[in-house]
Amino acid sequence: MELICPAGTPAAFREAVDAGADAVYCGFRDETNARNFPGLNFTREELGASIAYGKARNVQTYVALNTFMRAGAEQLWYTAADNAVLLGADALIVADLALMAYIAESHPQQRLHVSVQASASNADAINFLVQTFGAKRLVLPRVLTVGDIAALAPKVACELEVFAFGGLCVMAEGRCSLSSYATGLSPNMQGVCSPASHVRYREDGEEMVSELGGYTINRFGADEPAGYPTLCKGRFHIANDEGYAFEDPVSLDVMEHLDALRDAGVTALKIEGRQRGKAYVAEVVSRLRQALAATPEQRPALLAHLRRLSEGQRTTAGAYEKKWR
Amino acid sequence: MILPKAISQPISRLPLPVIQQGARLVFNQMLRQHPTLFDRLGNHATKSFRFTPADLDLTFLIVPAGRSITVSRKSARMHADASAGGPLLTLLALLEGRIDGDAMFFARSLSISGDMEAMLALRNALDDSGFDLPRDLGKAAGPFAPLITRLAEMVRQRALVGLV
Repeated sequence: MELICPAGTPAAFREAVDAGADAVYCGFRDETNARNFPGLNFTREELGASIAYGKARNVQTYVALNTFMRAGAEQLWYTAADNAVLLGADALIVADLALMAYIAESHPQQRLHVSVQASASNADAINFLVQTFGAKRLVLPRVLTVGDIAALAPKVACELEVFAFGGLCVMAEGRCSLSSYATGLSPNMQGVCSPASHVRYREDGEEMVSELGGYTINRFGADEPAGYPTLCKGRFHIANDEGYAFEDPVSLDVMEHLDALRDAGVTALKIEGRQRGKAYVAEVVSRLRQALAATPEQRPALLAHLRRLSEGQRTTAGAYEKKWR
Repeated sequence: MILPKAISQPISRLPLPVIQQGARLVFNQMLRQHPTLFDRLGNHATKSFRFTPADLDLTFLIVPAGRSITVSRKSARMHADASAGGPLLTLLALLEGRIDGDAMFFARSLSISGDMEAMLALRNALDDSGFDLPRDLGKAAGPFAPLITRLAEMVRQRALVGLV
C-alpha cells in the first residue's frame, strides 16, 4: 500500500519525502483547499520546487483543491487547477463536481482523485464519479468499518484511499456545518474548520478554557491533555450530564487494521496533518513507513510513541472498528 | 525539560540590559538570516508576541516588523497581541521546528493565548524558516563561533532527548 503524507510548508514536504512518503499532498495559499490556515501552504514557486524535489526522489505530489467553489468566484479554483497541472502535479484532489467537470474537460490527461470532502461512501456515488469525470482514486470518509470497505472495494471501478492516522473528523465530511454555525466559516467553503481567528484560550483558575466564536468549547483540568477547539469534540452540558456528545478529543490510528485494509483492497493509506509542524510529519511518516514493513507483532511498539503527539494524547480506530449501533 | 536551578537562577539574576543586548544581537542576526519568515507572517509581522519561559524570571516581547525585542521581568506584565509560555528549551525547540507545537499544546507543555491567527502564522513561518540556533548563535559570536556553535549543539542534543 502507498503512504500518502501531508505537507503544509516546503520544509514539511521535504521531511515527508525524506521520511519515506510515496506521495505528498499539499495546497495553495488560498481558499481552494481545506487547510487554509495563516502562514500555511504553498506559493506557485514553492509548489514547483517541491514537485521537482519529489520527482527527483520518485515521490509523487498531489494537490488538494478540495473546497467547494463560491458562486461567482469559480475562476480562483479553475486557475489553481490550471496552475497545478502546469507545475506537474501527479494528481489533483477534488471535492466539487463542477471543478471535477472543468478538470476532466480542460485537462483530460490529468489524474483526478476524489477528496474525502466529496463524502462519497457507496458504490453508486463512487462509480458515478469514475464514469462521469474519470476519477482514478477516491478517498473514503472516516465513517465506514473495515468490513464496509471490504464489501465496497470489489464494487467500485477505482482505487481506494483511506485515512490511517491523524486528525479524526467524525462528521459527514464536506457537509458539516458545525464550524460555520459558530464562526460563519467552514472547511467546505473557506477551507478552515474552527478558524484561528475565532479561537481563544484563557486560564480560569487551574483550568484552561478553549473558546470558538465566543462559545466555550471545553475546560481542561490542570494536567489534563488538551484537544482542538472544535464543536464535534467539545464538552457539553446535556440534561444532568456533562461530557462529550459526539467524540472525545482524540486522533485516528487504524494501523492495527493494516493487514485487513490491505486484504480489503485498499490502495493507499493517508496521514492527516497538513496543519502540523515538520517535526510531526517526519516522525509520523517515518514510523508508519516502518510499520508497513513490520510484522503485526512489531507494530504496536513502533506506533505507541505517536499517541503522545495526538490530540488529547489518545488514539482510536473510530468507525473502522465501530462498536456502537 | 525544565532548566536546572543551577542554570536558571544565574540567568534570571543577570542585569536586564545585559540580557537585552544579547537577545537583540541574536534576534537581529536571525532575522537577517531568515528573511522568508516575513513572507509567511504577512500582516501579522506588525503584531507583538510575548514569550515567557516558565523556568526563568524573564519575558521576551518581539515585534517582527519593527525588528524589536524587549526583555523584562515577569512582573512587568507587558501587553502583547499573542503570548506563549512553557519551559525555555521547549520554546527554543519550537523556534527551530524540532518539536510539534500542537503536540506540546496537547501535552499542556505549552500555553498560548491572545490572537491565535497571529500565533499560528508565526508558528508556521518559524517551522518553514529553518532556524538552527547553534549555527545562528555561532554567526553572532564572531571569533568565538566554533566554540559557541559546539556548545549550543551539545545543549540542544541533551535537551531534545526529553522533548521528542
